[in-house]
Amino acid sequence: MAKDEIINKFKYIGTRPNRPDGLDKVTGRAKYGADFNAPNMLHAAVLRSPHAHARIVKIDTSKAEALSGVKALVTRADFPTGLKGEDFYLQENTIAGDRALYDGHAVAAVAATSALVAKDAIKLIEVEYEILPHVTDVDEAMQPDAPVIREGAQDHSVPDGLPPNIVSYMDFGHGDLEAGFSEADLVMENTYKTEAAHQGYIEPHACVGQLGQDGKGDMWICTQGQWFIRKMCTAVLGLEASQLRVTPSEIGGGFGGKTTIFSEALSLALSRKAGGRPVKLVMTRSEVLRATGPTASASMDVKIGMKKNGKMTAASAVFRMQGGAFPGMAPTGMALECAFANYQLPAVHHIGYDVLSNRPKSAAYRAPGSPMAAFAVESLVDEMCRELNLDPIDVRLLNGSKEGTKSSFGPTFRKIGLIETLEAAKSHPNLEVKLGPNQGRGIASGYWMNHGGETSISMALGEDGTVTLSIGTPDIGGSRASMALMVSETLGIPYEDVRVNVVETGSLGVNEPTHGSRATFATGKAAVEACNEAIKEMCRRAADKWGIDPEAIDWFDGAAHPAGPNAGDFPPMTIKEIGRRMGRTGGPISGHHATTYGGAGESFGTHVVDLEVDPETGRATILRYLVVQDAGRAIHPSYVEGQFQGGAAQGIGWALNEEYIYGEDGRLQNAGFLDYRVPVASDLPMIDTVIVEVPSDSHPFGVRGVGETGIAPPLPAIANAIADATGKRLRHLPISPPKVLKAIKEGS
Amino acid sequence: MSNMHVTAKINGDETEFLCDPRETLLDVLRDRLNLTGTKEGCGTGDCGACTVTIDDRLVCSCLMLGVEASGKSIETIEGMAKGDTLHPLQKKFVEHAALQCGICTPGILVAAKNLLEKNPDPNEEQVRYWLAGNLCRCTGYDKIIRAVLDAAKEMRGTS
Repeated sequence: MAKDEIINKFKYIGTRPNRPDGLDKVTGRAKYGADFNAPNMLHAAVLRSPHAHARIVKIDTSKAEALSGVKALVTRADFPTGLKGEDFYLQENTIAGDRALYDGHAVAAVAATSALVAKDAIKLIEVEYEILPHVTDVDEAMQPDAPVIREGAQDHSVPDGLPPNIVSYMDFGHGDLEAGFSEADLVMENTYKTEAAHQGYIEPHACVGQLGQDGKGDMWICTQGQWFIRKMCTAVLGLEASQLRVTPSEIGGGFGGKTTIFSEALSLALSRKAGGRPVKLVMTRSEVLRATGPTASASMDVKIGMKKNGKMTAASAVFRMQGGAFPGMAPTGMALECAFANYQLPAVHHIGYDVLSNRPKSAAYRAPGSPMAAFAVESLVDEMCRELNLDPIDVRLLNGSKEGTKSSFGPTFRKIGLIETLEAAKSHPNLEVKLGPNQGRGIASGYWMNHGGETSISMALGEDGTVTLSIGTPDIGGSRASMALMVSETLGIPYEDVRVNVVETGSLGVNEPTHGSRATFATGKAAVEACNEAIKEMCRRAADKWGIDPEAIDWFDGAAHPAGPNAGDFPPMTIKEIGRRMGRTGGPISGHHATTYGGAGESFGTHVVDLEVDPETGRATILRYLVVQDAGRAIHPSYVEGQFQGGAAQGIGWALNEEYIYGEDGRLQNAGFLDYRVPVASDLPMIDTVIVEVPSDSHPFGVRGVGETGIAPPLPAIANAIADATGKRLRHLPISPPKVLKAIKEGS
Repeated sequence: MSNMHVTAKINGDETEFLCDPRETLLDVLRDRLNLTGTKEGCGTGDCGACTVTIDDRLVCSCLMLGVEASGKSIETIEGMAKGDTLHPLQKKFVEHAALQCGICTPGILVAAKNLLEKNPDPNEEQVRYWLAGNLCRCTGYDKIIRAVLDAAKEMRGTS
């Protein structure tokens, strides 16, 4: 009965039906975070520190509290004390204690009868600050004389004698590095820097929180993961997890940035203080940029040894990353894992530093760590290919990881598709286009390990034979369509007969968020398991009716069939018939599955960009762009292409324009979409895609997560193309027009 | 501050509302009239998620006060489909998978409709520049541009 044999022959998978939530989203009906309102609701506003680092000497709230319409005001004094570890840091980031740790750190919050009154009220709060020395640059933060963000925050991994802002240290590798480098004909080493970038989701964080004096509460919120919100908000407030019900709205983009909490618990604290009235908290764009979770900035040294024929002999990397004022937030470990994953290396070594700075608490951003690592490593590989006059794709084909390769981070790769992406890129028509003056071509590959994780799911058969699937991973880019396709394929019923609902925390066991490119993999896999459980039950109902052994029944085309002539001669019993009769034949039919999935299939990708540099302005115009990536199996190819294209666009923005700019005063200088400039439609060409399918053996249909990998290769691919066009190697992102122009003017 | 009384035509219907003089048209649409299809992404006119038309002219509703709408004719995403018939752009956006999260979609649809009313046969570059004020962070714009061009073709009757 289990349908192991359907792995390569599909009726629904690989088709491109309209997404189930499409109609709601093109008519304005879909409800996003800020679209929810509750009766008797109040509106919140948050007062934030204008200083990068300051002691909070005194907060006088009396004038604000006296303003007509103000119903509640909270400071850190309204939160429980004694929290430890991650819970403490979540609380401290929600609202500052004795010190503000970054520009934008929340200091107090108000709930009032209207948003206008709440905004007026926070202006009346008087805070006395004692400004402390600050540091926002990762390399400066590592100096012995740098301002100390936290005393005693170093974990046991940090060797004695390192400055206190280094809070974690990594050191791993294998092989004889010295021997490897001495075998090489060319050894090159360079330093690369990337600046912090923001996920830039268009929907600001928004929630409505309601909490009674009895500790029972509700939250409606745009989030990638309702259970994470529940766990974190209740920890910060000292509540029991199950007493808070979190209902996810539609989500207007996340890219990792909505997997955690920032100000959400303030709405609950305000609600409790206002006698349980619901409190709506919507961030402004400026608050989103100043006080949510941009990615880390990085400073990286990479060294590679290569033979004249391009064969790599050894590689090493030292990565320094700051993840804001909170330990454990810089994705240094993942960056190191990604750094050399593309390559077969006899000897490799990684060192990483997690560094504190006076910046906001970093959050995940699409393949956290991988883009920075790719920028450094893939830039250096390109530099060496140029030095040795070798083709960059051929060098990657020569050294590329494949099934059986001992990975740079230890384990041996199972079946992976890097080589296939390189071959597909090499034969793509874009590479035959001849380039003109001031034009350049750049190539780079990238990797993301992908994730499975905690997953709980439920499917239920309706009386008419249609199916409801309840999932815990918010649909951030068309995943309801993928789930419905996998269910219809498994059950053999039409796509339209499946309704997929993203449900609240009371309806399922714990689910991790839609993160780590896990939804189509893990939720999809669990959906297949749940359907298989229901199929088993449906076969049993048919067996009871026919009076034969359930093992003698096959399920296909949406019906139970006798397995062969020996099983008996019965007409197929359809899912509609079983649904209609289920109340009388043993009761409701449903399928459940709950597990923690490991073993997600890795996804590799290769990008090729052609661009033209205007020698007068330094501006790079993307002429054509190619993404080739291994999807394992594309369930809904349009949304797979969409992930490729979206990742590429974000990477292009990070490479060319986007950066957090801090002034000497430690304040963020570009906290708006005018100055934090993400790519617009006129900045980009069509983004060509090739979906490579090397099925992963860890998913019933071969799915590999596809969301993350695509953001890594653009950073180096663009730097490589700029070098091709201008002869100038830029090793510090973003490669903005002034930097390019300066490099061109400087000659050499 | 006392509220002001405003009358405007919204999606063809005469509509009255009260608003604080400091409230933006976007606030009025979303919070006073419950027309939440128009989104707020930035509040500073940089992202285009709040795009509506005022007397057939594209406007970021976050940059206009509610009281300024007096006597005007406003079209929002809620007025785009005629009854149960979707506008060709709405249909093509779903068919082309031109949305991922969908938060920018209402603004982009309103802006694209306005383009096709002014220029029924735009080329790719014209679509890209017309939509340059509407940020999309998910799609890289590729499928959005294709959907607009395909809808234009269908509306010209040449598909």
